[in-house]
Amino acid sequence: MNITQSIREALESLTANKLRAALTILGIVIGVASVIAMLAVGAGAQDTIIGSISGIGTNLLFVFQGNLQQDIRNEQPLTMGDVSAFSDVFQAPHIEGIAPTITGNIGVVYEGESTTVELRGVTPEFENVRSYGLIEGNFITDDNVNGRASVALLGPEVADKLFGRREFLTGETIRIDGQPFRVIGVLEAKGGGSFGSQDNVVLVPITTARVRLLNRERDHVDVVFVQAIDASSVPLVYEEISQILRTRHRTELGADDFTIFTQEDFLSLAGTITNVFTIFLGGIAAISLLVGGIGIMNIMLVSVTERTKEIGLRKAVGAKKTDILIQFLTESIMLSLFGGIIGIIFGWIISMVVGRIAAASSTPFSPVVGLNAILLATIFSTAVGLFFGIYPANRAANLEPVEALRYE
Amino acid sequence: MGKKENVILAKGITKVYQMGEVKVNALSGVSVKIGRGEVVSIMGPSGSGKSTLMNIIGCLDRPTSGAYYLDDHLVSNMTDDQLASVRNKKVGFVFQNFNLLSRSTALINVELPLRYAGITEGRREKAVQALESVGLEDRLNHKPTELSGGEQQRVAMARAIINNPSMILADEPTGNLDSKSGREIIDLLLNLNKEFGTTLIIVTHDPKIAKHTRRVIELYDGLVKGKKKK
Repeated sequence: MNITQSIREALESLTANKLRAALTILGIVIGVASVIAMLAVGAGAQDTIIGSISGIGTNLLFVFQGNLQQDIRNEQPLTMGDVSAFSDVFQAPHIEGIAPTITGNIGVVYEGESTTVELRGVTPEFENVRSYGLIEGNFITDDNVNGRASVALLGPEVADKLFGRREFLTGETIRIDGQPFRVIGVLEAKGGGSFGSQDNVVLVPITTARVRLLNRERDHVDVVFVQAIDASSVPLVYEEISQILRTRHRTELGADDFTIFTQEDFLSLAGTITNVFTIFLGGIAAISLLVGGIGIMNIMLVSVTERTKEIGLRKAVGAKKTDILIQFLTESIMLSLFGGIIGIIFGWIISMVVGRIAAASSTPFSPVVGLNAILLATIFSTAVGLFFGIYPANRAANLEPVEALRYE
Repeated sequence: MGKKENVILAKGITKVYQMGEVKVNALSGVSVKIGRGEVVSIMGPSGSGKSTLMNIIGCLDRPTSGAYYLDDHLVSNMTDDQLASVRNKKVGFVFQNFNLLSRSTALINVELPLRYAGITEGRREKAVQALESVGLEDRLNHKPTELSGGEQQRVAMARAIINNPSMILADEPTGNLDSKSGREIIDLLLNLNKEFGTTLIIVTHDPKIAKHTRRVIELYDGLVKGKKKK
């Protein structure tokens, strides 16, 4: 008996019981489909997260007050004094730009349209450090900062909500927290991110925000964005800033009252999350394939019992043990392989649908059905068929011809 | 019979079944000699051991003790796979209930022994030839459900002769047939014997069928009662 013959016979016997075969492979279909779909969505999500983290800027460090790991006595806030200390080229030679910010959520109104936005008080350097572009107008200037000017830059999402357009807004007046602000420009879209939409923002001079909107004490700042001159100097900048702050805050040894994150920290955090996600999905896949495999084993055992007489006859006309073994193994492998293939197609369709839904809800996000996911699913489902087919096939192969022929 | 050559030579065959705590002697010392080209019927009431003898002669089972030579090969101590190979090449079975693969055509059913013999070329031609010799040349692609009982049994006969076996072993071949098609089957079997000289062994309890055979082996309580020669 050669392979094509075995496959043809297996197909014949499977198609003789189409409904049963279909129900049997359902477990495998669902398992493989969910794995393919979730892997695709997971890969798409990872791409989006990494894209949005990179989209914040390049070679960035985020400095903020407090220590996340331990309680610090006499914790000192970050101040504009600290920020200007960073610009000391002797103590911190690897810094490209520094952008102190204060942040809060606040209501914005224009002629009856109102929305809540993330308000950021910024300095002119924010534009380069966070690599924002402008659709129109100009960025906040030093004069604006020094004069606590009532000027605002709108994020594209805010412009959409308040005006229904993104252009010709310069010179309009909006009210932030009830106070009139003149619009001096509109920011380019950066896309949604894992830290909330980067487009639902309003930028104002840091001094204006501190005094008139968010009411921070003296010259405190919330987050300082520091840009290193290149990727390899990020760790150096990390050390330089730490050293400056330790000296200025007179911290005890090993008890920093500030925290510094780098973009790589966020990327590796995102990587950890997606890895956990993948392991979790792998678990689901393993369970559903296990259940599907048991289903196949069950139905193959039924099939062996039903066909005892056929097995007896095949042995009577000269079938050896291995012939019968291969016949039944082929059937169970075909079952699970079909399940795997149908599952891959279903999973692909599901991930396409998820992609469409994501697109419709304006979250740019494309699921990726990887070739390795398809290969993995195919190999695994075949292996499941082989593994769970061995016992029934072995049982068939070891039937005594006399007993089998006598079976009614 | 002028020939000395024996297809079957069985000496002191016993078969003991363990039924729980009780040992049942299905065969208690049967010796049989059947020459090439002979037509023999094995008769006996149920429980006489004739099915057991048939299984041993057909290499489906091994005796508990005794020696069985088929075509001068000692088969009573062969392994399962060796027995399978012997069945494939030397024995053609015809069963009471036909035992055809219900999902496959007559042609595929007849090809089956060739497949297990590992023959890949000319299978179809041989199968067609075998089906022609039993008069089913116009039923090649019919499935068993589309054939009458007599036709099904003829497919089984074509399957039995396709590997040119040393003997055809027919177990109540007419048991499931009406008398007319039963007679046709018997005629066909006898014809095959005449034409190809194939040894023919018919297991039956029907004296009318036994009448057609030159020799009757009667079994009773696991022993050969008498060998009637006509």
